[in-house]
Amino acid sequence: MVRYDGKTVVSLNVNNETHEVAARPSDLLLDVLREQLGLTAAKPGCKNGDCGACTVMVDGWPAKSCLMLAVEAQGHAIVTVEGLGGTAAVQKAFVEANAFQCGYCTSGFLMVCQALKTQHPAMPEEYVIEEWLQSNLCRCTGYQEIRKAVHMMYDMT
Amino acid sequence: MYKAIGKNIQRKEAWDKVTGKARYTDDLPETGILSARLLTSKYAHARILHIDISEALALNGVKSVLTGSDCPELFGPLVLDRPALARDVVRYAGEPVAMVVAKDEPTAEQAVRLIKVEYEQLPVILTPLQALADGAYLIHSKTNGYRKVSTDIYPEAGTNIASRYRMRKGDIKEAFDRCEFIVRQRFFLPPSDHLAMEVRTARAEISSEGTVLITTSSQSPYAVQNQISKAFLIPSGQIHVHVPFVGGGFGGKAPVTLEILAVLASRSVGGKAVRVTIPREQDMVSAPCRIGLEADIRIGANKEGIIQAMELTYFLDCGAYTDISPYMTKAIAVDCTGPYHVENLSCDALCVYTNHTYATSYRSFARESCTFCIERAMDMLARKCALDPLELRIKNAIRPGSLTPSQVLCTPSLTGDLTQCLNKVKLLSEWDGGNALTIKQDTVRAKGIACLWKTETPPTDAVSGALITFNPDGSVNLITGVVEMGSGGQTHLAQILAEKLRIDPKQVHVVMEVDTRAAPKHWKTVASMTEYMAGHAVVRASDDMIEQLRINGAQALGCPAEEIEVANGRVYSRKNPENFIAFKDIVHGYKAPDGSSIGEPVLGRGGFMLKGLTALDPQTGKGKTGPAWTLGAQVVEVEADLKTCTYRIISASTVMDVGRVINPESMRSMVAGGMSMGISMASREAFSYNSEGIPQAPNLRTYKLLHIGQEPDFRVSFVETPESESPYGVRSYSEHGIIGMAAALGNALSAAFGAEFTSLPLTPEKLWRVLSEENT
Repeated sequence: MVRYDGKTVVSLNVNNETHEVAARPSDLLLDVLREQLGLTAAKPGCKNGDCGACTVMVDGWPAKSCLMLAVEAQGHAIVTVEGLGGTAAVQKAFVEANAFQCGYCTSGFLMVCQALKTQHPAMPEEYVIEEWLQSNLCRCTGYQEIRKAVHMMYDMT
Repeated sequence: MYKAIGKNIQRKEAWDKVTGKARYTDDLPETGILSARLLTSKYAHARILHIDISEALALNGVKSVLTGSDCPELFGPLVLDRPALARDVVRYAGEPVAMVVAKDEPTAEQAVRLIKVEYEQLPVILTPLQALADGAYLIHSKTNGYRKVSTDIYPEAGTNIASRYRMRKGDIKEAFDRCEFIVRQRFFLPPSDHLAMEVRTARAEISSEGTVLITTSSQSPYAVQNQISKAFLIPSGQIHVHVPFVGGGFGGKAPVTLEILAVLASRSVGGKAVRVTIPREQDMVSAPCRIGLEADIRIGANKEGIIQAMELTYFLDCGAYTDISPYMTKAIAVDCTGPYHVENLSCDALCVYTNHTYATSYRSFARESCTFCIERAMDMLARKCALDPLELRIKNAIRPGSLTPSQVLCTPSLTGDLTQCLNKVKLLSEWDGGNALTIKQDTVRAKGIACLWKTETPPTDAVSGALITFNPDGSVNLITGVVEMGSGGQTHLAQILAEKLRIDPKQVHVVMEVDTRAAPKHWKTVASMTEYMAGHAVVRASDDMIEQLRINGAQALGCPAEEIEVANGRVYSRKNPENFIAFKDIVHGYKAPDGSSIGEPVLGRGGFMLKGLTALDPQTGKGKTGPAWTLGAQVVEVEADLKTCTYRIISASTVMDVGRVINPESMRSMVAGGMSMGISMASREAFSYNSEGIPQAPNLRTYKLLHIGQEPDFRVSFVETPESESPYGVRSYSEHGIIGMAAALGNALSAAFGAEFTSLPLTPEKLWRVLSEENT
């Protein structure tokens, strides 16, 4: 087995800004966002692609940043919760719908919902919403409030 | 008119949580911090013959490697039986054996793989009954040889029994003799996991003068301080614990675990900052999980279906170490019968060591487990008596004048109104007698009902406290030792404070992070006791503050203090409300028009200690362990495919007597969240162990949780019978949504399939197996 330990400079477009980071070939996008850019909204809930807490938006699509290498993210537009500002409909909807308790899964759900709206500007059918959101886990709520938040997000726009 | 109580106040930290600004323990990137990773046992029970750390130590970037011989101390909240790193023996698969501290996580991870451990396998015990068998191998060679922190733990020498509690009332022999109907059933519930979305993590750093700074994802910052102080003989004042937001706890973050390893790690590298992170897989198998339970239930009733006697034996599978399990055993004992009027009772609850991952508190402190057994047996009894299961429960509901299993006399304040909950849930769930209804060929719908109850079992001397300070604009800051982990307790405390001061809740700022050097001691954020314990402290701090405002006001306004009112952010004389002083002008003392200073700055302080609780009598179990009970009734409706054994959960209803609804939306969502966790646990969750006790594929891909699209229509409603001793009458409620869900689901499926399901989880495969056995 060949080991690559050295770091290379990688240029990432995150939240409309270009960042240069030194990364190993094996570094996850999630770890680079959190440890090097201080963007800790994306969470390491399992680092196995099962929980969705690390979801970010890549070119308008949801992506689990624990399943993407930092080097793979070059040349793509990455958006994290920090990039939503504090004014996005999805954020307001989650607050209004009481769609979280501990808040740890929230960033991931916000980004899936934001991507859903990017790909489906008009509210899709319920089963489409379910299909999209099944990538993510919430242990606190019973999902009822999250479903309501998605509806509210669409109602706001 | 209430200003804040009973209102839908949004959680105080809501916007922090949707903007990524809410920081959790590992969300604080720190330059130069070292990383620690664990090597864990691959066997469930083995002697450690030799550990070779030389290769790991030699790896570039590795700072230290620790094994059990570096830490002779033993840990535990009740019994000191658990080493930080295994010494000589590993007692469960996943037990930490060694720890590497390195410059970063990848290096630490790489070094962990270079450690070589030689084991000699020992017999593996995987169920309480195996552990209790004659001649069973002793998992701890001296069960009774460990130091006990509490006196009411009763390990039995020469056995694997870590503690036992007995409840005795009346004469069960005589009572069973006159019973028309008797149900006798054995139940089996395997261990499962909390699975808070935030994996446990901790950091530690030791300053040059010896202060140990710990940042951790914990429900128990003051227990971290206390246990580490005692174990390492460091004065507790030298231990400074900091808890930012916690990403879900559910009891799993109540024990002190990774904090100990973080301190050891930092100590091994001269006090440098170290973060201990574990992957999800280790969080599942190395860190403590939910108990397993086996139970023998015997219930007897007369021909009208009135319960005459219960004989109950509960065997808790506490895993390799006790942690808080003896108290969960006690908790099962005090609520062992379910919320029913039972005059003749014999119950033994045993806490038994096995070679499973050790267990700790889990949402509802084991009531979700014992309730499954009792409530399933109640449905079997209903069938025998040919009664509607809901009617059977109404007939036997505990009521004022009944004695609880620990012989506490029930009053409306103490136990609330179960009958009203049952009547209300009948409407809410559209209860139709509990019979299966055929929808089409091979498809039936059925509902199952279960009652719930729970009292608290805190230490009899648990304390809480609150501090309140003012800002120059007259708004207040609330500081408590309550951890914010999603339960909304901090917001409810802000509501209590706003109500007391008669101000808008927006004027209350809550310090969300707990800092043990700044916030007054709060026992632990567990047992749903925030509103009761910290609520009392906030009430007292508010009264203290109002008193000071009155004194300042009396001096400033030149009238007797008794005439002074404090409301709406103003201080004024009742006789002349038009002439008021705004908070902002008086809370830091008052400056008169001539410039002279009047009064003193106002600081609110309130402390609260539990009173009147007792240990249980070792022979009869008589005693009072908690301030009160919360009762309720739950219904689950399923649509089942009889051919494929699959099912869909259509609706889930809960009516709970919460004493007082202080925040309708937050309380509804908390109860629904508990119901969801219960449905997930009951329908799909369990560790899958192989015959050698190794958990198979412990990850969230194989161990499935409830996903969106699988959730039922949640219906939640409340009954309000105030608890006279609690602030505004509110009862504990935040764990309780989970309690009856497994039982209600089990009852619904048993009705749908016409079979008795007696174990969890209720997967299609499990149902198929039971049905296949019945047909052969």
